[in-house]
Amino acid sequence: MKPTQIYQIAIILAFVALLEVLCLTKVIDKITMPAPHFILRDFFLMIIHGRYFHEVGQSMFNVMIAFVSAFVIGIITGTILHAYRLVRDVMDPLFATYYAIPVFAFYPLFIMIFGLGDGPQVLIGYMLGVVAVIVTILNGLDRVPRVLKKTARINRLSPFQTAIRVTLPFCAPFLLTAAKLALAYAFIGVIGSEFIMARSGMGYEIGHAYTNFDNATMYPLILLLLLISIFMNGILTAWEKVLLARRGQA
Amino acid sequence: MIQSDRRQLINVAILIVGILVFWEIAYLIVGELAMRSPHETFAFTWKLMQTDLFWGHVSETMQAFAMALAIAVGLGLLIGFTLAIHKLSGDAMEPMLVALYSIPKITLYPIILLAFGLGMSAKVAFGAIHGVIPVALFTLNAVRATKPILIKTGRVLKLPPAAMVRTILFPAAVPEIFTGIRVGFSLTLIGTVLGEMFASQRGMGYLLMNAISLYNVDLIMAVTFLLCVFASVVNTALLIIDHRLHHGA
Repeated sequence: MKPTQIYQIAIILAFVALLEVLCLTKVIDKITMPAPHFILRDFFLMIIHGRYFHEVGQSMFNVMIAFVSAFVIGIITGTILHAYRLVRDVMDPLFATYYAIPVFAFYPLFIMIFGLGDGPQVLIGYMLGVVAVIVTILNGLDRVPRVLKKTARINRLSPFQTAIRVTLPFCAPFLLTAAKLALAYAFIGVIGSEFIMARSGMGYEIGHAYTNFDNATMYPLILLLLLISIFMNGILTAWEKVLLARRGQA
Repeated sequence: MIQSDRRQLINVAILIVGILVFWEIAYLIVGELAMRSPHETFAFTWKLMQTDLFWGHVSETMQAFAMALAIAVGLGLLIGFTLAIHKLSGDAMEPMLVALYSIPKITLYPIILLAFGLGMSAKVAFGAIHGVIPVALFTLNAVRATKPILIKTGRVLKLPPAAMVRTILFPAAVPEIFTGIRVGFSLTLIGTVLGEMFASQRGMGYLLMNAISLYNVDLIMAVTFLLCVFASVVNTALLIIDHRLHHGA
């Protein structure tokens, strides 16, 4: 094992041990947080009994819709935008300030428009992610070497064929970065909106458990959520590394 | 240079007009039940800005935000520099920080509420948590990318660590650190407002949440509008400074 990995595991273990000690010595009281071994026990009980599988599944489904739509629409928009310099120049200030705007502030508005359901949550997840995808794709397309574009022209590829066969494959590492961002934002958007106001879903259950001081439900659910998002992010990061290594950039 | 500045101003103007047109069209489609048109929102915002009650909420949010930002920047710089100077810690912690960055922090809010209790400190903590990671990550990468010759010069001069940070590492990393602070600024604002939406009796976030329960469309539109304007104006100013720092004006 590499020293960095040992270091990482040591940090996590030390952190959990610290929490355990603080909880057992009652520095952190039971209402604030149960000791880590209780959380783990509740976590396994939750998994074994299959509690909240339905809610988790529903949330993940919404996350996936938000992620896929942000990714696909982002790529299409970015590719088209790259061809029209003027439109891109006009949109640039919007992209630059977009992430300063609290998108969650629009959630109430969306509830008013679409009603309280899956729609507004997916929309928030999509809105958070799509601009990151567009910006990353534009960044990638800017780096396509002239010679590739010329080759495409010599072979008389249509703009669509050029995008599918030449420029987008060249941007593969950027596509993965975009996917990573879109996935993280889809998570934040969907689970966050569920937490703010919803009728069901993982974020809603966490909020609900919080209001009822139901720590035996809240902490395992938070743990599950952290594990899912770190796991998904880990897969994409590993894939990104493989891709970069193949191109000799890592 | 002046020509391109003018071009940019024209672009921003076109963009603003475009957004207003989009807003008006959306209003015409959605209707009076859930939205207000731009001029109705401006009128209501103007009226709102003349009440004392509103400024009380604004100052509450700004206080919490300022404190959260100060903590995020201070702590972020400290973490960033520590990890950059100690290589093993940096290599081990960076992926962990990135992973933390991508989790929905909003679900950690119950834990923060339980730990800090209702009120100002929970809001500040929640805002700071959002902002601290980007500041730390940008600082870490900026310090790592310092030109080796600068560090060697410092070694030759036998600078103690504190002087090394103060006279060499920090000045060399300022442009990147500023970018981190700019990103941290936006996230801290989002965190603070989100914090207010759940557990607060005052502030812009509370105003927003309250407006939902009262079905006050005017207020929702006005507060959302003000938050967006504030965020974009400050961010644009920071972007201009950022640009100058990076291109040595």
